[in-house]
Amino acid sequence: MKSFEEISELLKNNFSDIHFEFHPEAKFEPYILVPANKIDTVCLFLRDNNELYFDSLINLSAVDDFNGNKIKDDKGNEIMQGGTMSIYYHMESIKFRHKLLIKVILDRDNPSVNSVTSIWNCANWHEREAFDLFGINFNNHPDLRRILMPYDWEFGHPLRKDYQNPEFYQGMKVPY
Amino acid sequence: MSVKTEEMVLNMGPQHPSTHGVLRLELTLDGEIITKVVPHIGYLHRCFEKHCEVMTYPQVIPYTDRMDYLAAMGNEFGYVIGVEKLLGIQVPERVEYIRVIMAELQRIASHLVAIGTYGADIGAFTPFLYCFRDRERILNLFEITCGARLLYNYIWIGGLSHDLHPDFIRLTKEFIREFKPNLKELNNILTYNKIFIDRTANVGILPLETAINFGITGPMLRASGLRWDLRKDDTYSVYNKFDFEIPVGKGKMGTVGDSWDRYYVRVLEMEESIKIIEQAIAQLPDGDVTSAIPKKIKPPVGHIYSRVENPRGELGYFIISDGSTSPFRVKVRAPSFVNLQIMDELCRGHLVADVIAILGSVDIVLGEVDR
Amino acid sequence: MMYDFLYELTGSSIIAGTIIALLPLFAFILPFALFAVLLERKVAGHMQDRLGPMRVGYHGILQTIADIIKLIQKEDIIARENDKLFFNIAPVLTFVGSYAAFAVIPFSSIFLGAKIDLGIFYIIAVTGLVVAGILMAGWASNNKYSLLGAMRSASQIISYEIPTILVVLSIVMMTGTMSLFDLSENQTGSFWNWYIFGGPSISIQKFLLIPFMFIGFIIIYISTLAEVNRTPFDIPEAESELVSGYHTEYSGMKFAMFFLAEYANMFAVSAIVATMFFGGYQSPFGYLGNSLNLVWLIPIEQFFWFIFKGIFFVFVQMWLRWTLPRLRVDQLMAASWKYLIPIAFVNLLIIGFITLI
Repeated sequence: MKSFEEISELLKNNFSDIHFEFHPEAKFEPYILVPANKIDTVCLFLRDNNELYFDSLINLSAVDDFNGNKIKDDKGNEIMQGGTMSIYYHMESIKFRHKLLIKVILDRDNPSVNSVTSIWNCANWHEREAFDLFGINFNNHPDLRRILMPYDWEFGHPLRKDYQNPEFYQGMKVPY
Repeated sequence: MSVKTEEMVLNMGPQHPSTHGVLRLELTLDGEIITKVVPHIGYLHRCFEKHCEVMTYPQVIPYTDRMDYLAAMGNEFGYVIGVEKLLGIQVPERVEYIRVIMAELQRIASHLVAIGTYGADIGAFTPFLYCFRDRERILNLFEITCGARLLYNYIWIGGLSHDLHPDFIRLTKEFIREFKPNLKELNNILTYNKIFIDRTANVGILPLETAINFGITGPMLRASGLRWDLRKDDTYSVYNKFDFEIPVGKGKMGTVGDSWDRYYVRVLEMEESIKIIEQAIAQLPDGDVTSAIPKKIKPPVGHIYSRVENPRGELGYFIISDGSTSPFRVKVRAPSFVNLQIMDELCRGHLVADVIAILGSVDIVLGEVDR
Repeated sequence: MMYDFLYELTGSSIIAGTIIALLPLFAFILPFALFAVLLERKVAGHMQDRLGPMRVGYHGILQTIADIIKLIQKEDIIARENDKLFFNIAPVLTFVGSYAAFAVIPFSSIFLGAKIDLGIFYIIAVTGLVVAGILMAGWASNNKYSLLGAMRSASQIISYEIPTILVVLSIVMMTGTMSLFDLSENQTGSFWNWYIFGGPSISIQKFLLIPFMFIGFIIIYISTLAEVNRTPFDIPEAESELVSGYHTEYSGMKFAMFFLAEYANMFAVSAIVATMFFGGYQSPFGYLGNSLNLVWLIPIEQFFWFIFKGIFFVFVQMWLRWTLPRLRVDQLMAASWKYLIPIAFVNLLIIGFITLI
């Protein structure tokens, strides 16, 4: 079972060209910040390396950081411009019993990242949910479409902090 | 001259007696053999995660009940453990023991539903009613404790809402005494019934590598041969003080990881839960269950992932706090949501009747899948 | 028998024929179906540790009447895409197929619809109409589920006809007659003369035949369970898979006719099994009428014995339904073709040999 420091060392040694940010002091779980365009290579290494062997992706959560500029749009509603969104990957090795949290920061206006579905099949529906509720685009995802909202929902992505409900959906009044 | 055949698309629609809720399965059939299964979910989406962002931490607890409504104690448990870690508070021992007793009783109730409805889907209508008869007694126990039979709002941050009723221990011991022979009877009429074995053995075989890659947890993973249980491998609360086994699928009636194994693991887990409850009742300390409940819940900035072993798998809560009285983001890793992805893999090459058998053994609750 | 009696009574063949045609229906099948529905619900309830219908009448006795009233006043829904002719004919055909069998079943020594020499042959031929009715129902409903259910049902009934016919053949071979009336008359005396115990002769043949008769009885009981679509062979109406199979789209009286047909069929096959193996209307130990010297009492007693045996076998069918899970389609076919048919063949051969001794 490896500690956070040993895992960080292994990553640093194997990927000298990638700029990681290690946060061992983070409350309450230490995490590693990985650049968005390298997430799939790093994850493939984490899964296949013999000493790490992270064979199970526990959770993939998307978060709207809501740290951009608040401006008023044409309807008078408050929307956000700029800022970031993050994705948190929790993974675990069943063989060695160690866990790891990886964070990826994306642009809020056009969030896009490579999909890890080819590495862990578990991520398939988690990424669809992130796409559905946040609008994050996952490249190379085998089947990216809405999962919890109706397939023809054209009014945005509900879990964003500045989401407004539409008035009508298919003739039905939405806020009743 | 070859005959042109078409594949038929059959819709096991949102309203169906056996899909355990509003789930739509789109089956592509070649005669009676399945070539593709596409599950469509979202019919029960109630925006739990969006609600969490405007409510305070204690107000979220009734909403967590309603996700997996058949195993509500486990849902509350997972959330409350996470928030208590964020706040850094330590609950009295009595609270821990009572939480474990409630969670294990809930596990028995949830497995009774799973087993009963599985038998009913296969066609054996009588074990369904026997299971529900036993479950009624468990729900009576819950009712005298907190007043509710299904959705409790009982496990609070820092303690519990009510202490145990004075009759609770006696009634629980009576229930355990009468449940053990019922379990034997259930084994006789359903588990070892030849027709049931023919319907479920070697159906929907899940190899271990595939299971781990798809993120399957809970009895499904244990039925594929891996002894992985969060109560022992990432232990929380006071589970390390109890002595119990983890049942694993051994391919007794077919291959390891088939539907019979998944069913049998659940039957064995009920026996183990009874052991835990007996030990917990014997070791139950005294104390005040509401003493550690804080007045104002305002965790510091940070994030945590807490997880518990629900009857359906690993239920995880990823809670991000921004220092205010409401969570900034709560993401729920629901076991049924993750387990449902495997339907396409498992059902290929089987008949339509097997889809029902496989879906019953995956044991989903749509409340969790859609949240 | 009855026809001759009524003809003498009324002097007109038309009236006698009409009464004979309607009598079993109104005097027997309808009350029996009402009773059977209630029996099923009570049996199911008590086996599942609950009580069944309790409120309508004393302990729920009038429940079926309430159900019939409800079904009669329901709207008869016909979807636009349904094939109207077949949709309407299908329940009628299914009902006729099972009802026509009652013409040759002897209820007692004087109550017999039509005394023809081809009793069993006629029954097997006429119950084939049920398959046509089911297929029509499945096709005309314009519903994929119903079509699947109907096709499964047709293949199931056809596959299980064969073991039935083989066992019937062995009985016919042994006794030399196909008329059910003659079969019942041969089994007079005590229960030791019933065919399941080898028949009325006293010879080495009888004792050799006993185990093979038992095997034949079990085969025919299982096959007829499959023919009436009861669990464990109730795939065509599997509630949890196909949402009621071929009668999903029916409502109101047409649905009631399917149900009536199912219970009538159940009684018909129970009656056939009872007649062939268990003595039909004969009593197991003498008649009260004989000992009291009241000759007119005997047919009434025989009627009661017949009804008792029929209902007992219907009860065993219900018992099996609420205990066993259901077989999958390919396992069902395998059970018939790979197990029942070879065993029935061998049984037939051995009985044939023994008969020659």
